[in-house]
Amino acid sequence: MSFINKTGWSMAMLFAVSLGFSGLMQTTEVQAAADAADDATAKAKSKSTADHSKFKELDVNFKSGPEVTKACIGCHTEAAKQLHTTKHWKWDYINPDTNQHLGKNNVINNFCTSVPSNYKFCTACHIGYGWEDDKFDFTAEEKVDCVVCHDTTGKYKKLPGLAGHPNYETIEWPPHSGKFRPPTDLKTIAQNVGKTSRATCGACHFRGGGGDAVKHGDLDTSLTNPKKHLDVHMDAEGLNFSCSKCHTADAHEVAGSRYQPTAKEDKGRLIPGSLDERNTATCVACHDNAPHKGSLSKMNEHTDKLACQVCHIPAYARGNQFTKMTWDWSTGGKVDEQGQPIKIKGSDGKVKYDSKKGDFTHDRYVVPEYQWFNGEVKWTLVDDTFDPDQILKINSFTGSADDGKSRVWPTKVFRGKQMYDKVNNKLVVTSLSDDPDSALWKNFDHKKAVEYGMKYVGKEFSGEVGFIETEMSWPITHMVAPKDDAVDCHQCHKENGRLAGIDGLYIPGANNTPLMDKLGLAIAFLTLIGVLFHGALRYIMHKRGG
Amino acid sequence: MAAERIYIFKRFERFWHWSQALLIMFMMLTGFEVHGLYSIFGFKAASELHTIAAWTLVSLWVFAIFWHVTTGEWRQYIPTLEKVDAMMKFYLTGIFTDAPHPFKQTTVRKHNPLQRLAYLFVLLLINPLIWTTGWFYLFYSSWEDWGIAGFLSLEWVAFFHVAAAFMMLIFFIAHIYLATAGHTVTSHIKAMITGWEEVED
Repeated sequence: MSFINKTGWSMAMLFAVSLGFSGLMQTTEVQAAADAADDATAKAKSKSTADHSKFKELDVNFKSGPEVTKACIGCHTEAAKQLHTTKHWKWDYINPDTNQHLGKNNVINNFCTSVPSNYKFCTACHIGYGWEDDKFDFTAEEKVDCVVCHDTTGKYKKLPGLAGHPNYETIEWPPHSGKFRPPTDLKTIAQNVGKTSRATCGACHFRGGGGDAVKHGDLDTSLTNPKKHLDVHMDAEGLNFSCSKCHTADAHEVAGSRYQPTAKEDKGRLIPGSLDERNTATCVACHDNAPHKGSLSKMNEHTDKLACQVCHIPAYARGNQFTKMTWDWSTGGKVDEQGQPIKIKGSDGKVKYDSKKGDFTHDRYVVPEYQWFNGEVKWTLVDDTFDPDQILKINSFTGSADDGKSRVWPTKVFRGKQMYDKVNNKLVVTSLSDDPDSALWKNFDHKKAVEYGMKYVGKEFSGEVGFIETEMSWPITHMVAPKDDAVDCHQCHKENGRLAGIDGLYIPGANNTPLMDKLGLAIAFLTLIGVLFHGALRYIMHKRGG
Repeated sequence: MAAERIYIFKRFERFWHWSQALLIMFMMLTGFEVHGLYSIFGFKAASELHTIAAWTLVSLWVFAIFWHVTTGEWRQYIPTLEKVDAMMKFYLTGIFTDAPHPFKQTTVRKHNPLQRLAYLFVLLLINPLIWTTGWFYLFYSSWEDWGIAGFLSLEWVAFFHVAAAFMMLIFFIAHIYLATAGHTVTSHIKAMITGWEEVED
């Protein structure tokens, strides 16, 4: 990449920002520009003992991702083997506490619902190359994608539909946009590999659910270069934490898990070098359970019941971007007068209707919903039956005030209405993208799509598709505000405050004792009336007597 | 009706009384706000001020207890039923007809029998209740270490704390009024300020 090129990007970005058009620009382009602008600084700051641009192994015009990987594992001989054991690679995970068979490849969610039969599309976020169907070879070392996590140029992008590959040829992207993306410059990318960054982790995790800010609510591209008010740790001009500062990796296994989160800890700070195999990605691991000093020490008395995040993340989607709040698949398939699928944008500028997907709502600066949580998440999986007259909790957070393991957590509750087997009362795998004859996004036929999806995973399907209302909970733990922006006391310590309805909490100022208050005030009032009457009588009698 | 002046309340006693009065009024004001009855300072400020006032009152009490023990003045609170009926009768009838006060204050008996009983009620019921529960409130995070977390709940601690606060409020109202029921309307109040009480011969 030439100097002029970099400057060009910076100028383009400045221009766009100064005109206030950044929102209209393709987020990815803004991102690439920002990353490119930071490139020089990042490299100057790198403390690595190896400059990969000096390696002859990388001075090669790579034709494909796997070729790059072969070069990587020529030196990093164990890297691919390490990755083969991770959730990032396997998308398959058995929770040892619940024995539930989880992982991205197995769970059903209420966003795009299911991975199988949609591999080419979904595996744009897999750390591998070529997972396009259920025949993928999970033992192939060269299929591990090293650069998706270790790229520092911001130029590497795996595109949906390419089964985890970046584009090696010029490609129109987004499809039908009239814009063209040049072939990925694998040589430059390989020569500039480095540590993971907010941008590389964010390439997938900021875009979960199919786009920027869609899924988590507390993770979106506003965290690539956040200001302090958005995240006190990741503040690009301050502490500038990368994700891996907390989500430390050991042999490529990254700490922190949504399948097995750590809801409560009482062991205090995690000392470096400790043999304690604890999750490093928790507040307590650095701050312990009594981090408030001096006049704020009263706050420490909340940590037995409340997760730190309850006060320190006053809202999610605080980066000005809209996160998806609801998704109703049942309304999909409407077409315009020409019989073409449509997209309708709402007043917030977000697509509120898409023929492929149905109706959406979005929101930002959202006050979380609070729940007791002990770290155990129970999933409704594709083999589980449920009562279709109830709202189905696809995942439910277990926990209570008195199990001794729970704290109240802020959560994003995502509400959906999605396909299910109306006769068997089970969730379903749906063909969305890959198969030309059945894919919902090409044929708009729910039944056909589910039929194909269920057959794909070898599950029984009655042939009748219904739509079930579902809820999924997502722990809110990122976008930690500076202490001055923490939730004010009175937001909870008042009637109908934030934590109203959470049982097992006594909140002074919120949980009045109505009977005693009435009684106490009544007696006080009667006493007052009594003494006033007594006094008045004294006065009158005295006057008379006098 | 000639009046005599006797020195009833010593300097420390008066300082103790008035500073305690101010602190208790302030604690009622902030405390009932913490309880959620109204909003004046805001929850955070109210709870912080309530805590500061509590510690101030604790310090004051350390001195007051020392004073009461070393001077023997604690004996003023030993209850007696003698003349209780006469006091009741006075408040119910005599006071309206300007009858003479049945109790004659002296420096060794400065509280009338009803006062003694009332203060004893404050000392033996309201104060222990409010102090113990307040103490548990202040040291909530130590419950685990003290091994009492299993027996106590914040809800009950708060309940008894507030119940005691209501009793204090009721005492407070009656106390202020009865301060006007001395030899003259202002004689008790003057005494509490200057130390000198006018008593009947």
